[in-house]
Amino acid sequence: MAFLRDTATIFTREFAPVWRDPLSLVFTMAQPLLFLYLFGPLLAEGTATPGPAWQWFVPGILIMMCLSGPLMAGYFLLLDLIGGSMERLLVTPVSRTALLVGRTLKEFVVLLAQAVLIIGLAVPLGLDPHLPGVLTGLALLVVFGIGLGALSFVLAIVSAPGGELFYGVTQVVMFPLLLLSGVLLPVENGPGWLRAAASVNPVTYIVEAERALFAGRFLDTPVLYGALAALLTAIIGLHLGRRRIAMGV
Amino acid sequence: MIHARGLTKTYTIKRKTTVEAVRGVDLDVEAGQLVAFLGPNGAGKSTCLRMLTGLLPPTSGTARVAGHDVTTERAAVRAKIGYIGQKNGAGEAFRIGDELVTQGRCHGMPRREARARAEELLAVVGLDGLFARKPSTLSGGQRRRLDIALGLMNRPPLLFLDEPSTGLDPASRAEIWSHILRLRADHGTTLLLTTHYLDEADAMAERVVVIDQGRLIADGTARRLKADLAGDRLTVTLHDPADLPRAAELAAGLPGADGVTVDGGALTLRVAAADRALPEFVRALDAAGVKVDTAESSRPTLDDVFLALTGRTIRDKDA
Repeated sequence: MAFLRDTATIFTREFAPVWRDPLSLVFTMAQPLLFLYLFGPLLAEGTATPGPAWQWFVPGILIMMCLSGPLMAGYFLLLDLIGGSMERLLVTPVSRTALLVGRTLKEFVVLLAQAVLIIGLAVPLGLDPHLPGVLTGLALLVVFGIGLGALSFVLAIVSAPGGELFYGVTQVVMFPLLLLSGVLLPVENGPGWLRAAASVNPVTYIVEAERALFAGRFLDTPVLYGALAALLTAIIGLHLGRRRIAMGV
Repeated sequence: MIHARGLTKTYTIKRKTTVEAVRGVDLDVEAGQLVAFLGPNGAGKSTCLRMLTGLLPPTSGTARVAGHDVTTERAAVRAKIGYIGQKNGAGEAFRIGDELVTQGRCHGMPRREARARAEELLAVVGLDGLFARKPSTLSGGQRRRLDIALGLMNRPPLLFLDEPSTGLDPASRAEIWSHILRLRADHGTTLLLTTHYLDEADAMAERVVVIDQGRLIADGTARRLKADLAGDRLTVTLHDPADLPRAAELAAGLPGADGVTVDGGALTLRVAAADRALPEFVRALDAAGVKVDTAESSRPTLDDVFLALTGRTIRDKDA
């Protein structure tokens, strides 16, 4: 009971700025939106991608959003750790786990809202979503997002109070993960070494799974691999997160 | 209110060097006391506070705070204390009123009660009407007062303040202090604070605990510490500097005198009580035919206490 109340308290705290300024949701998704409008049409016109271009491209945009949203979630935690507000909250009886779960929940809601918005905006452009597939795809995305968020929190806690480690790792990790996942262009046409690198990138499998789901192909092997990759990310992230909290923030 | 025995904190840096931040601190604070931890930066003041608030597990030793053990009953301790850290407690992204409500909710208050308490405290610290403001729009003094309000949400009988007035202008410092003192007068709150401002510890605290290199080296009222450890200071200037060696000889012969030093044409020494020693010293000089130009006495400061205890001054280390 106390845990649920504490989680609600932290979620309310974190979500209030978004609630009061919903436009901030759009600003934080500026990059995916730019790709949707300025890069998407290039793909749709060309023949570089297999299958209907938007069906192929929009799942990639959603993954990109995961990498700029939840992966960066630790940044705000880092600000609270560098300032005094995390310390202030820690000297209350509030549940330590709720401090992170409440934050993760906020990332979950924001990610879901942004994903729905992107899909909504892509429909007029030519996306023809398979509804059950899209819903399953969103669920997969959220599982992956929670895992990334948890990993980002752990990184933030380890990086405090300086924070350099956080900025360093996220900058170094984000773009290779993105480029090597075939989010923007198919990796199938790339050289062998690049395909090999992509095959060890968990993001690749999640993108592939999302694409299959958006087309309504529930039984494709990529869906299984993608679900495993997302689940694994979430399990590792939450496990490390819990362990780190147990050590004391 | 606080009973600590053998509190120790050791850090290991890069798996090799160990730093003993706090070494075996014993401390008892009764309800209603105002205690100042005084010491140079890095003396272990904040580390002590962080262990007493349960933020940092002690390497060894025990502490009971507000009736509960800080290592085994952390939640119970936290429910009864307020903590105002060195940094500002309100997050930049949030409205200050919302932060107060969050703080109350974290202490288990129902939302309505937390909201009422937030409004009440904003008025107490002179921030009424600023509920919807973001911290970045407040002045340094206002932010510090907000920190105090955050620390008071749960009406704690015991409040820890880590450098509450550092970095503020004199007017804001005075204002912060008036809030701290009013708290004590109105609610009998027990206060434990750290400072490296000597004048603050001297003027405000009834009990000063001097800490250096992780150890408590003195404990008492400012007046008692000064009388016991530093003594008064006498300074005389002589008409003829050639008489200085003779005067120094006489000074050393005074009962209870020490620390005789000659600086330019002036001679200084420490004595237990200047009011008796000064006339005696002047008479002795006169009898020896040494002509005195000026003679004055000064009360010691807490810095003199620290100097007497450690051979260093608090200011030296800060500079």
